[in-house]
Amino acid sequence: MVLELYMDLLSAPCRAVYIFAKKNGIPFDFQFVDLLKGHHHSKEYIEINPLRKLPSLRDGKFILSESVAILFYLCRKYSAPSHWYPPDLHMRARVDEFMAWQHTAIQQPMSKILWIKLLIPMITGEQVPDEKIERTMEEANKNLQQFEEKFLQDKMFITGDNISLADLVALVEMMQPMGSNHNVFISSKLAEWRMRVELAIGSSLFWEAHDRLAKLPDWDSSTLDPSIKLRMSEFLEKYK
Amino acid sequence: MVLELYLDLLSQPCRAIYIFAKKNGIPFQMHTVELREGEHLSDAFAQVNPMKKVPAMKDDDFTLSESVAILLYLTHKYKVPDHWYPRELQARARVDEYLAWQHTALRRSCLRALWQKMMIPVFLGEQVPSETLTATLAELDVNLQVLEDKFLQDKAFLIGPRISLADLVAVTEVMHHKSTFPEVTPFTVDYTLSHQSTIKKMTHRHPYKPF
Repeated sequence: MVLELYMDLLSAPCRAVYIFAKKNGIPFDFQFVDLLKGHHHSKEYIEINPLRKLPSLRDGKFILSESVAILFYLCRKYSAPSHWYPPDLHMRARVDEFMAWQHTAIQQPMSKILWIKLLIPMITGEQVPDEKIERTMEEANKNLQQFEEKFLQDKMFITGDNISLADLVALVEMMQPMGSNHNVFISSKLAEWRMRVELAIGSSLFWEAHDRLAKLPDWDSSTLDPSIKLRMSEFLEKYK
Repeated sequence: MVLELYLDLLSQPCRAIYIFAKKNGIPFQMHTVELREGEHLSDAFAQVNPMKKVPAMKDDDFTLSESVAILLYLTHKYKVPDHWYPRELQARARVDEYLAWQHTALRRSCLRALWQKMMIPVFLGEQVPSETLTATLAELDVNLQVLEDKFLQDKAFLIGPRISLADLVAVTEVMHHKSTFPEVTPFTVDYTLSHQSTIKKMTHRHPYKPF
């Protein structure tokens, strides 16, 4: 039975898994769980992941959530080239350190930018107060700076000369604000690193994975199911 | 040079590392970084960890932050018993899954509950609005329920019959209320009541028991 990956490429963690699987020629069935239609709340998907989050992996009877866990699983099961998760103790530790840090330092702020700049206004018709936007941006910028100073430094990639899972995860997350036409790659160091990672992945695969995100501003949010909108409003309260 | 660990045992991730190192006979030099004195904000400590957080580790010239990364580093370098981070693919994936989930779930709720219920009122003399506190404790409840229903289920430990890094990280988190500030008892009481069974299960299987 072939591997199943439950994803929506609007989600950065899904893009990381998608790109990794494709890049490494790992055969899988793409099970599209449409976030915009609220399909992550469907009975079928809740059976796969009761936490209703993406991505999920199903390998026969084995179901796994959490993109970081999924990436490590795929890496090991399919013996991906070692630069993705180097065997060297120190290099591997840097990847682990970034993977731990990024949950709250990069993924959350980048996702917040998309919500604040595009999704909240689009879905609710309300603007988020300027002061809230400013605070979000400040935190995001501070963390991006820490990324440059601590993880990237003067290297080509986070572990040195080659791309690893850490660069992949970092980049797809930093791309998230692009869905609201907000570009975080302002410093030349970050912009150059971004290009390097894109090229290491392959531009065609990279942009294929980001196509749905790029089209997000064109989404007609009036088609959003009212029950989904209601569920979202609780979630949105957090960002206000 | 011996491994150096920069810890404050008030912090859950620090306790997980301390217990793991001691349990596995890993020699280390302990540097206490007094959080209550703001020592983590000092320039000296920033040399070890520019993120200004504990725990941090220094192995000769190599510095490392993030408790999960440090636990994995110790696991690989000191070749600890397999059950901590099993080599078997799916068992290992289960540990990874818990360690990833907990950052934005249980850890976040426990930290917020600690700050809003105790740290802010006791140390800053401010009260947190009751709706905020209620929401935080409700979120904590949800996460403790997930810990029970999704991760623990009917197994002896989070990923199976033996203790792993996942259990260590989880148990030090839920112990936070008990061990940290013994003089603040009201917090201890109502925090644990609704999840007594989960906390009992977890603390009963605490790593101090031989296996």
